[in-house]
Amino acid sequence: MRALLGRWQTWAGFGVAAVLLFAVAPAVLSDFRLSLLGKFLCFAIVAVGIGLAWGRGGMLVLGQGVFFGLGGYMMGMHLKIADAQLRGTSVPDFMQIAGVRALPAYWEPFASPAFTLLAIVLVPTVIAAVLGLGVFKRRVKGAYFAILSQALAAALAILLVGQTSVGGSNGLNNFRTFFGFALKDPANKRMLYFIAAGVLLVVVAVVRQLMYSRYGELLVAVRDGEERVRFLGYDPANIKVVAYTVAAFFASIAGALFAPIVGFIAPSQVGILPSIVFLIGVAIGGRTTLLGPVLGAIGVAWAQSLFSERFPSEWTYAQGLLFIVVVGFFPAGLAGLGALFKRIRRTKDAPVVLDPDPEPEAEKVGAAT
Amino acid sequence: MDVLIGQLATGLSLGSILLLAALGLSLTFGQMGVINMAHGEFIMAGCYTAYVVQQLVSSAGVSLLISLLVGFIVGGAMGALLEVTLIRRMYNRPLDTLLVTFGVGLILQQVARDIFGAPAVNVIAPSWLSGGVEILGAVVPKTRIFILVLAVVCVAVLAIVLKVSPMGRRIRAVVQNRDLAETSGISSRKTDITTFFIGSGLAAVAGVALTLIGSTSPTIGQSYLIDAFLVVVVGGLGQIKGTVIAAFALGFLNSFIEYSTTASLAKVIVFVIIVIFLQVRPQGLFTVRTRSLA
Repeated sequence: MRALLGRWQTWAGFGVAAVLLFAVAPAVLSDFRLSLLGKFLCFAIVAVGIGLAWGRGGMLVLGQGVFFGLGGYMMGMHLKIADAQLRGTSVPDFMQIAGVRALPAYWEPFASPAFTLLAIVLVPTVIAAVLGLGVFKRRVKGAYFAILSQALAAALAILLVGQTSVGGSNGLNNFRTFFGFALKDPANKRMLYFIAAGVLLVVVAVVRQLMYSRYGELLVAVRDGEERVRFLGYDPANIKVVAYTVAAFFASIAGALFAPIVGFIAPSQVGILPSIVFLIGVAIGGRTTLLGPVLGAIGVAWAQSLFSERFPSEWTYAQGLLFIVVVGFFPAGLAGLGALFKRIRRTKDAPVVLDPDPEPEAEKVGAAT
Repeated sequence: MDVLIGQLATGLSLGSILLLAALGLSLTFGQMGVINMAHGEFIMAGCYTAYVVQQLVSSAGVSLLISLLVGFIVGGAMGALLEVTLIRRMYNRPLDTLLVTFGVGLILQQVARDIFGAPAVNVIAPSWLSGGVEILGAVVPKTRIFILVLAVVCVAVLAIVLKVSPMGRRIRAVVQNRDLAETSGISSRKTDITTFFIGSGLAAVAGVALTLIGSTSPTIGQSYLIDAFLVVVVGGLGQIKGTVIAAFALGFLNSFIEYSTTASLAKVIVFVIIVIFLQVRPQGLFTVRTRSLA
């Protein structure tokens, strides 16, 4: 009976979300704001993946900007080539200015839309799987993994800044068309928003299925007691790699949508800071929940667009404080507040422990070796 | 031959910088298991300490020596404050500590930006450090030799303090077995603060040294932090010798790869090499053997 109710609730939730995203938002918001919301939805797609890997799997993924950037750059390269073909030149405009006459060899395959889409799916997935296998199979975990994922983000950002053939620190920008649709046309911008909204719904549905499957149980088990899972006969490395790869896949799709929606992709979207900032929204919304990361990411991105330009200094302080307060003192995020109130009401005088994510035994200080 | 010597000198110099930046981390991360992302900002605090001291003291030579001392105290005090206010409350949650200290780092960066402005500032190196020394045909700037010497001195002092002083013994005792140390009457709280003071102070000393070879901006710490962390990861937890070897190994690796490719590609290649290295030795070069799992 409860399962049935749960299923109905889920369907109802998806229905409400779909109505909000596909009917209410386009009707209420101006084209500019709708496009802005589209950008937030891209961040939300990344956040869903982080929620799975970090919240459910206990892997602190500090390098999602890498996969976001890979997706964005691959999409951007295709869009630039398509624009160049439309104008009848052999190379994109920024290369022309730099005096480059022939397309670099690694750009050429991206002239094909099919190859581009396939690469956006495959490249980050393969990188994440290989890196994940390399790291998790050797039982490198906890802080080590976090630092490695962050180092990857730093390395890729530095690499991209140095490559003039992908626009250096400016990145790729000034896209005119998206698979043949002119990006100036508001109708096409709307279409991009709808694609982002649709992808978000699908991504949330996928993660929901993962969370409530046997795999989801195993993932949480690995987070809370990796050694016990190993002793039960499972290989925790495989379980972690799947979550990490799925998160990377989502980030790549989000990046590929971000590039045409916002109109640029640059190293500033890839490095350490943007990669960690992805985590704020997830932490605020509630990292272990399904919808917490989505709402948190949209909320933070919205606040950033409101405040970061008018009050750049204060916004940075606010970001720092959010990290300290939310992660340090409310690790369950906003989603934990509801549970907290419930518990306070139930046990008025018993102390409330607010820790949804007890660190596994092995990661405690003394046993850090 | 000249090229080889030149690259060796560059690698040695880079290694000594990495060593200075990572030495404090190997104490706080390696020994206490606390990941302090604000470590980079303590380096930055050292840089700005050198800048401020130079504004007050006109002689560049005197100001350098003063700022090494003042920097150690400023950085140490900041670290101790961080330990008391935040890190102490989250010893069992190392991953969350990472994010919280990252938030602290963001705030410290912005504080520096608001006080000193976003553009880089410069500290004048003393005249006795200008020019270079010719070693086997390659010219090495004196500032880099100074940093190498400083790194060696810091390692030596730290090693001696940890080895023989009562304070060092307490630190090692808490590192090896916190509960047993407490049972023996050692205050682990006081020891934690001491460790953090020393580790963060060393970061600031590294910062003071960095002003000799480059200009200071609010984000200077971030650029060294990741490399410093990688040094600790490669070196292994809990032992200084691992940090020393790893710092110079990464320094040489970087300088030689950079020479044959580009600076930006070198970073990626070094990263790949580190991941491969961790396949062979997931615990880093050296590790304190325990019977704990994982």
